[in-house]
Amino acid sequence: MEFTNPQESLEHFRRRLGIAGGFVLFCFGLLILRFLWLQVVQHSYYQTRAEDNRISLVPVVPNRGLILDRNGVVLAHNYSAYTLEIMPSRAGNLESVIDQLAEIIEIQPKDRKRFRKLLDESKNFESLPIRTRLSDEEVAKFTAHRYRFPGVDIKARLFRQYPMGALASHLLGYIGRVTDQDNDKIEDQNQEDNYRGTDHFGKSGLEQHYEFDLHGRTGFEQVEVDAGGRAVRTLASTPPTPGNNLTLTIDAKLQEIAEKAFGDRKGALVAIEPSTGGVLALVSVPNYDPNLFVDGIDSSNWDQLNTSPDKPMINRALNGAYPPGSTFKPYMALAALQYGKRRPEQTIFDPGYFMFGGHQFHDDKKGGHGTVDMYKSLVVSCDTYYYMLANDLGIDNISNFMRQFGFGQRSGIDIEGESEGTLPSQEWKRKRFKNSGQQKWYAGETISVGIGQGYNAYTPMQLAIAVTALANNGVRVRPHLVKSIADGRTGQSVPVELQPFNSIPLKPENLEVIRNAMIGVNKEGTGARAFAGAEYVSAGKTGTAQVYSLKGEKYTEGSVKQHLRDHALFIAFAPADKPTIALAVLVENGGFGAQAAAPIARQVFDYYLLGKLPKEPAPTDEQAVEDDQ
Amino acid sequence: MINTLRHLLRRLTDPIDPPLMALAAILLGISVLVLGSASPDRLGAQCINVLAALVVMRMAAQIPPQRLMRLALPIYIVGLTLLLAVMEFGEVSKGARRWLNLGVMRIQPSEVMKIAMPLMLAWYFHKREPLIRLRDYCIAVLLLLAPVVLIAKQPDLGTAILVLAAGFFVIFFAGLPWKIILGLVAAVAAAAPMAWTVMHDYQRARILTLLDPEADPLGKGFHIIQSTIAIGSGGIFGKGWGQGTQAQLDFLPERHTDFIFAVISEEFGLLGNLVLLTVYALLIGRGLMIAANAPTLFTRLLAGSITLIFFTYAFVNMGMVSGILPVVGVPLPFISYGGTALVTLFLGIGILMSIHKHRMLVQK
Repeated sequence: MEFTNPQESLEHFRRRLGIAGGFVLFCFGLLILRFLWLQVVQHSYYQTRAEDNRISLVPVVPNRGLILDRNGVVLAHNYSAYTLEIMPSRAGNLESVIDQLAEIIEIQPKDRKRFRKLLDESKNFESLPIRTRLSDEEVAKFTAHRYRFPGVDIKARLFRQYPMGALASHLLGYIGRVTDQDNDKIEDQNQEDNYRGTDHFGKSGLEQHYEFDLHGRTGFEQVEVDAGGRAVRTLASTPPTPGNNLTLTIDAKLQEIAEKAFGDRKGALVAIEPSTGGVLALVSVPNYDPNLFVDGIDSSNWDQLNTSPDKPMINRALNGAYPPGSTFKPYMALAALQYGKRRPEQTIFDPGYFMFGGHQFHDDKKGGHGTVDMYKSLVVSCDTYYYMLANDLGIDNISNFMRQFGFGQRSGIDIEGESEGTLPSQEWKRKRFKNSGQQKWYAGETISVGIGQGYNAYTPMQLAIAVTALANNGVRVRPHLVKSIADGRTGQSVPVELQPFNSIPLKPENLEVIRNAMIGVNKEGTGARAFAGAEYVSAGKTGTAQVYSLKGEKYTEGSVKQHLRDHALFIAFAPADKPTIALAVLVENGGFGAQAAAPIARQVFDYYLLGKLPKEPAPTDEQAVEDDQ
Repeated sequence: MINTLRHLLRRLTDPIDPPLMALAAILLGISVLVLGSASPDRLGAQCINVLAALVVMRMAAQIPPQRLMRLALPIYIVGLTLLLAVMEFGEVSKGARRWLNLGVMRIQPSEVMKIAMPLMLAWYFHKREPLIRLRDYCIAVLLLLAPVVLIAKQPDLGTAILVLAAGFFVIFFAGLPWKIILGLVAAVAAAAPMAWTVMHDYQRARILTLLDPEADPLGKGFHIIQSTIAIGSGGIFGKGWGQGTQAQLDFLPERHTDFIFAVISEEFGLLGNLVLLTVYALLIGRGLMIAANAPTLFTRLLAGSITLIFFTYAFVNMGMVSGILPVVGVPLPFISYGGTALVTLFLGIGILMSIHKHRMLVQK
């Protein structure tokens, strides 16, 4: 381009300047339009988004309800402790954040492992603990470095604690972190809002069954937060309502004595207050320390609990099903009286065996008990009497009668996952087996059912309910563990409504015969040694359940491996005339009922009725004679 | 005595253009006000930056344009050499190679180019007067692209755009024919897809983010979402000084540097924005006026280009913060925290003042 005249060149330049100035104004105009759009037209939308950024509704988790025994002894409570938590979505590279944290606060490999496990299980915006139970010094140290760690913060959390350790662990259960399954339950109950911020949930036992009572109502705090998610100040708040406190029917001291009475043996005990159905003690040993689960159990403890051959995680009282052995006989005798198949004084002759279908059913006593009436049949536990009786009654009469006592049915106790057990009948066998050849009931199978063997399998809870019905003149109670629930806010205690009892139509004189014979068992029969010198009258029945069927050989304890040894059983109630406690005891692989189970019942009765404290675990009475199986 | 002092003061303020100084002072005042809210800790450091920048301005205002013209070629060559040196020996920081460590100090040669570029081109066209051929425009474009490409490869997109703009303004004012300008626009539109393939991932991400910030609300879109929220929630009157929740609660990233405009918008609202735009418009207007009255082609081109650089800074920054331009690292002129940009900007102001002061002298 050529400008001959400087003036023309200047004009041209000035025109371009003008164009540039116009362009500037045009661009600024665009900006102004943009500002008008954002700040005037869309203002309320962005206003809301800024408020959403700023204000966060923080749930305030309520105190979980306490669990107390019938005398107010604390079995589960909470304590407050500081945890160091990371919000993964805001923390950036977790590995390096944790490494940097470890320079300030001790973080062990197991803490990292647990955090990783929690991270795998967690949802996006959850805050997860990397360390729990920080000391005051650690809290101060971290606070000084807090600015370096966005998305990491100290939180005061409540931790569940079971002050009695392993005591009653199976009935208390434990809590653990909320899982997807737990969330389904929370949704079923429409409790999503109430569980915002809650990270623990009852996993078993009463903690599970009464989760929604124990939890309480979550409070909310409206807080102003910064971009790191940290609360700057509180704008408004609704305080939480603590969970309801449970008062149990359990007597913690009795529970402790019962658990200790087992020593290092495995087994279960259920003791019930006959007038109410309240469970006084519910033992399953070995047990475990529920405190291990609260922070998230580490893998070595978890493996140990799950792979132990003693199976400490199984609640034997509700989930173990065992043949009742001779503890079945009092109900068989009662059935005979009710159906009119036997009179009390009617006798049979026991040669030591019962022949049926060309097969010899042995009595445990060689040569037999001779002439045996009903009283003697129970006191000495004569098998032959019951082989014959079972044959006379027939399987369906037996199962119809037994069903009234709760055999083979869930008790409805306030713990989830109870087993049903097996009450054999023709119908049961038809349903149980697929193969048509196996579906038929053989009369020979009825014979061993008569002495509590065969297909019989009941939970210790069912045995306890049945004996409670005997103690209760035929009234069958619904067992329960919670006596009353106290409102978390007002403290007002409401007794748990008792379920209507089932009255079994029994003739009082028939019941009297059985009760009298059971008193005889503890006075002069198989239970006499265990109850020698007792300052009260008790009624009982020993039992021994075969785990292992011997083919023609004589059973001798020494020659059979520990885990194949017989289970020892004992059912009892006391005082006999006006029972205040009824129980069932099972000692796994304990041998004879009289040897292993009855002495445990003696210690429990002695404490409950007389306040006597035992000096040591119940002895195994090697001298006790046991004639039954 | 008093006379001596008055004399000294007059000598000190003699080359300073009062309107330009007043407008720059208003912007510095806004800067201090906003930094006091967004990042009070940095106020002291910024005051030192301002003093340094004012000294540079005063010195530049003293230099006659003829001497600047003599310096144009050497500065350009030194700048280009330094850029090449950065390619070889530069220090990497935040994924970009921008700094050169000279032992005594670290310098960013690309920053030098913001002034060296218009100086060089203005000198070139001045030399070619009165007959500027098409060939001259081509040479000018090559002189422009060499440093721009080097800077873009560092990578420093923000500075590359500013240097490119500075050079383009000179060529535009030198009378580049409209046919070619329109042709260039068409060529750029056609080359855009090709540029896409050679861009760095983060540069592409910025453009994608502009198109749809909500697609990645916690990642790359976070800056833009939070700054538009800040601007929008400011409304007409703003939330008040120190009351911007987006700024005060850390939701706004880079709130003392590249995103400081969002703080102004949030706390002073649309009114604050209009005041700011008005001051910029007046500053640019004054600059264009100086250019219009400049005596030689060199001074005209230089003044016009420097003035429009101020505009480019302001428009690119406010455009990106309000979400109509992609995020490139361009500060808000005279207001963002940081010494380098401030010194460069006041060097420009100083040159404008010098051109204005010496307009009569040359004509004589």
